[in-house]
Formats: sequence, structure tokens, C-alpha cells
Amino acid sequence: MAGVQVSNVSRSFGAHKALDDVSIDFADGGFYALLGPSGSGKTTLLRQVAGFDFPDSGRISIGGESVERVPVEKRRIGMVFQNYALFPNMSVADNVAFGLSVRGEAKAVIASEVQRALDLVQLGKLGGRRPHQLSGGQRQRVALARAIVTKPRVLLLDEPLGALDKALRVDMQIELKRIQREIGITTIFVTHDQEEALTMSDRIGILRDGRLVQEGPPEEIYDQPKSEFAATFLGDANIFRGESTGNGIKLPDGTAIAAGAGAKLAAGAKASCAVRPERIRIATDVEAQDAANANMLKGQVSKRIFAGNNSTYFVERGGQTLKVIVQNTGIDRLAEGQDVVLRWAPESTVLIATS
Amino acid sequence: MAAQGATASRSGLRSALPLLAPAYLWLTVAIFLPLSAMVFFSFMTELPLSGKPWAFTLGNYAAFFSQSLYLTLLLASLRLGLVVTLWCIVIGYPAAYVLAKVLKGRSREAIFLLVILPFWSNGLVRIFSWAMVLREGGILDTALNAVLPFKINIDLMYSYPAVIIGLVHSYVPYMVLTCYLTLQAIDDSLIEAGRSLGASRLQVLKRVIIPLSMPGLVAGAALIFVPVVGSFMEPRILGGRTGTFYGTVIEDQFVAVFNWPLGAALSFILLAVVLIILAVASPVLRRAA
Ligand SMILES: Nc1ncnc2c1ncn2[C@@H]1O[C@H](COP(=O)(O)OP(=O)(O)O)[C@@H](O)[C@H]1O
Ligand SMILES: [Mg+2]
Repeated sequence: MAGVQVSNVSRSFGAHKALDDVSIDFADGGFYALLGPSGSGKTTLLRQVAGFDFPDSGRISIGGESVERVPVEKRRIGMVFQNYALFPNMSVADNVAFGLSVRGEAKAVIASEVQRALDLVQLGKLGGRRPHQLSGGQRQRVALARAIVTKPRVLLLDEPLGALDKALRVDMQIELKRIQREIGITTIFVTHDQEEALTMSDRIGILRDGRLVQEGPPEEIYDQPKSEFAATFLGDANIFRGESTGNGIKLPDGTAIAAGAGAKLAAGAKASCAVRPERIRIATDVEAQDAANANMLKGQVSKRIFAGNNSTYFVERGGQTLKVIVQNTGIDRLAEGQDVVLRWAPESTVLIATS
Repeated sequence: MAAQGATASRSGLRSALPLLAPAYLWLTVAIFLPLSAMVFFSFMTELPLSGKPWAFTLGNYAAFFSQSLYLTLLLASLRLGLVVTLWCIVIGYPAAYVLAKVLKGRSREAIFLLVILPFWSNGLVRIFSWAMVLREGGILDTALNAVLPFKINIDLMYSYPAVIIGLVHSYVPYMVLTCYLTLQAIDDSLIEAGRSLGASRLQVLKRVIIPLSMPGLVAGAALIFVPVVGSFMEPRILGGRTGTFYGTVIEDQFVAVFNWPLGAALSFILLAVVLIILAVASPVLRRAA
């Protein structure tokens, strides 16, 4: 087991910079999600750590050992591919045994380790099957068993659940997390699904156009996004753009929006504020005072989407559509076209510098 | 999957019949009728077309067993088929691998064309150009002597190696094509998965790539072995006096001696031997594939 350090890694394909000076410290035993839109360089970064591809510049170390020029087979990593990549010419047990067998382990050792790995992924009885006789979820488990049976230092997963349907994906998320905890392996998990990243990982790195936009624990990125991109990519956010007043912004029409106590930005600069839809109160009593929720905007409901446990209101205000999510408490059902007032706390407002 | 395919094709057979009919008609006219005539001839004492009286006989088949020469030549031809097939694997498989897994885009197309070229050139032209290359004072001899400081004599013409070279050149495209198709179908992520599990490139080749491309190797080998065992053109032109093989003897019966019945009988014995070899080999090969 070992941590992974990626320091100032860049990788270009022709003129295209797939990775641009990326540095991330993957903690020993941690579960790290690399999140980003398609083409943002997630796979490229994972392949540098795996050793399928080498960086143009920068350093990579696994367990303190520098590995930039070490080929894949010497890095002692485990990898799970999006398409599973099971060997079709081998049984499930032989697939799992592959890594131990190329290493020249004794037959008896291989047999018991393979059985343990298959038991761990709850496929103990299917060792004799061929990959094509398994369902998608089962194949995924075999791929995982195969990757961890060699006791790698790092587990790398490239969108491993992308090909599964929603219900199965949630099952596998829980399963994967359980196995990761059980063996305590450093895990780097590539995904473009923000919910998956939020629920599974203890740290998230957001990539965009080959650059690391922000990284930290899920709560921190969600509550304190440092850019409009981070705010809107990880979860939903209402973005207000205007001019900084130091600890808030002034919208073009003069309305002031106050941010939390910690916010500080040079006054007069361009800035924006991000507010999560679930942090906004929606009401019809325009005159009422609410000291805790000092930010206030008036608008009109243009659409309501009922989703059982909550409702999403789309509110038109000054040419902008704002999104508000309200828990279903059985009261306060608002109709489309109704005039409303939105209130939220300065503490729920994140001040973001824009260029 | 295979079983599913089989049931699907069985139920679809009725509707496919109109589509299959022309193919079967063609097979009947072009192959079955002449072949039946040949079977008929092989049991005759004389060719009926020659006007002489004829009768049915087993003598043509008996001739094969009464003269050890035929068996010797058949064994030589089988050995030739084996050697040529092995050389085609040795040369064709790596070429197919490079084409399928290493080269991309333009360079792949260019190399592909070079590999397929012998396919498209006329067989005789191909063989006679080898003759020009291989004979004493020919292209290979002259070129080597121009480069090397000492005098060497390269005269491969009319030798066993010349026959092998000519046949390998003619048949290697089959191996490249069949192997290329199976290699290309192997997902690159399988190779990467193998390497991520600690296997060297060689181990991945042995345990993953070669087993998965076995169907292509088997198909290529069958496509090459069978015609090479019966080949006569390359042995005759490039082999000269050393180029007497089972195929050239059959050809002699048809074009020189005009003993069609014996030629036909010898052909069917060859066909039987080849079918037996394929039947014996197929379970082994199927397990490997
Ligand atoms: N081998 C390659 N050759 C050329 N361009 C590549 C190669 N691999 C990746 N790229 C480019 O690098 C960028 C990042 O790709 P990738 O890391 O696969 O993104 P992601 O996994 O985040 O979707 C993309 O624009 C892609 O086209
Ligand atoms: Mg990717």
C-alpha cells in the first residue's frame, strides 16, 4: 500500500495539452475521485500513474519511489477498465489467477488467493464460468477481483461503473466502497458522474481542459467552490455575476448580494456569487423580515417540477432563470406564474473571483 | 453465443433459401459436375473421349500403392506443405501483428498494399520474376557480389529453397490477412490489462494474443497447406529437376502423358489424405483456439 504523488505533470498530444501542470497528492489508503467532463484529461492522468503513457515533464512517485520511467508491469498497480477487459479465452478463475501466474506463484497459493478474491467480490461459485456467461455487474466484479488479487500498491479505476444501469451502479458503488475499506488500498477513481464522486470518495479533484481546477474533500468543494465551473460541475448552482463590493457583489441593476463572513475580494473587480438551489427559501410574503436570510430577490415562478420528495422551482428574475429546490413538507405549494420572493443567508453565498 | 447463432441460422434457413439458391446452383455446375466426371474417369482404363475401348478398373488407385514413388512424392509434398505453412506463420504473423497493433493510418494502408500485392499479380509473372532474382548471374547474385568484397556464387535456381521461397511468397498474404483480422478484433485494453497485472510483453503475447488469434492462424494454415501440397507451378519452374512433387506428377498425367484416369485417381488420393489430416487436426486445433 502506498500513496501516489503527481507533481507538475504535463502531457501533450501534438499541439493539444491533455495535461497541463497537474499536481495531486493521493493519500495512502484514500479514495480519490478524478472528476471532469469528457476530454478533460482524466484518462490521460490515470494512464500516467498506471504507466501506459509517460509524461512530457513532471514527476510521479508511488510509495515514495519515483516511477516516471518505470513500465506498467513493474509498477505493481491494479487497474479496472471501463469495458472490463476480461480475457475471453480464460475462465473467470484463470482471469483472476493471471497476475499471480505470470509472477510464477505456486499453484496451491494461486488457487487459494483466487478463491479469496472471488469470495470478496461475492462470486465464489462462478470461477469456472467464461466471461461471456456473466452479467455486466458480475464482469465488473471479476475485473475488480483480478485487479486486487495481486495486492497492488494502488487501485486505478477508469469509469468502472459507466456501462452499468442506474440501480446496478448504486449497488456496485456501495460494494466497491466496502471492498476498498476492507483492504485499505489507495484508490484513484475516474468518473464523469458528480454524484458518484460525491458519495464515494474522501477527496475529489476536478479537471478541466487538462488542468486541475480544484481539489479537496467533497464537502469543501461543494460548499466552497473556487470557480463557476467547479460550482456548476459539482452539483447545481445559481450564478450571479456583477462587481465585487469586498464581501459580496453588486448586480448590474444595483441589487446587492452579501456573501459569508470569510469572503474577501478587492472591491470593484468583476466577481460572481454562487448559491446552491436547496439553500434558497421561496415565499410569497414580500414584506416579511428575515434577518438570518438577508439576501433577497423578487421574481416570478415560471415552472415547477415535482419530484416526490422535493420540488424544483424555476424563477424568472431580471432575465435570469434561478433554480430553487424545496423539500416536500406538504405546505407552500406555489403555482406557475405566481410572484415570489427568494431569500437566503450570506453564509450560503460563495464569492468567486472571475477574470 | 455460437449456439445462439446456430439456432438463429436454422430458423432463418427457409427465408434464406432464395438467397442461397444461386450459390448452390453455381457450386453444382462449376464444381460438382466436373468433379463427378473426374471421379468417373478415375475408375476407367482409358479416357472415353479418345475413342479407344474402355472398361471400369481399380487399377489407377492400385498404381499408387504398387509403386513406392507415389507415396514418396506424397510425403515430400506434405513436408513441403508443412514447411511452407510454417514459414508463412513465421513471416506472416509478425507482419499481421505490426499491421493490426503497431501501425496506424496511412503507413498501415501502404504496408497492407505491399503485403497484398503478390495476391494481385499473375502467378506465372510472380514465379518468373523469382527466377530472375534467384538464378546465377541474376539479381540477388549480382547485387550481393556488388556489395560484398569477396566473390560468392548465389545460384538458388532449381533448388528446394527456391521452391520454398516462391511458394511462401505466393501464399503468405493468406496468413497475413487471416491473422490481421483476428488480431484486429483483439481489444487493446486486453493487452493493457495483461501488462497492468505484471505480465511482460512476451507473456501477454503468449498467454493472451496468440491464443486469441488462434482461429486466424488455423484458417491461414488450412488455406495455405492444402493448395501447397498439390502445387505444381512453383516446383516445376523454380525447382527444375529437384522440383518433382506429387502435384507435378498429377499435372504430368493431365498435360504430358494424357493419362487422365491415373491423374484423377492420384488427385482423389491426395484429397482423401488432406481431408484425413484436417479431420485429425481439427479437434486439437479447436481446443487450442
Ligand atoms: N493517444 C492520444 N492521442 C491523441 N490525443 C489524445 C490521446 N489520448 C488522449 N488524447 C486527447 O487528450 C484529451 C484528454 O483525453 P482523455 O484523457 O481521454 O479525457 P477524459 O478521459 O477526461 O475523457 C482529449 O482531447 C483527447 O482527444
Ligand atoms: Mg476517459
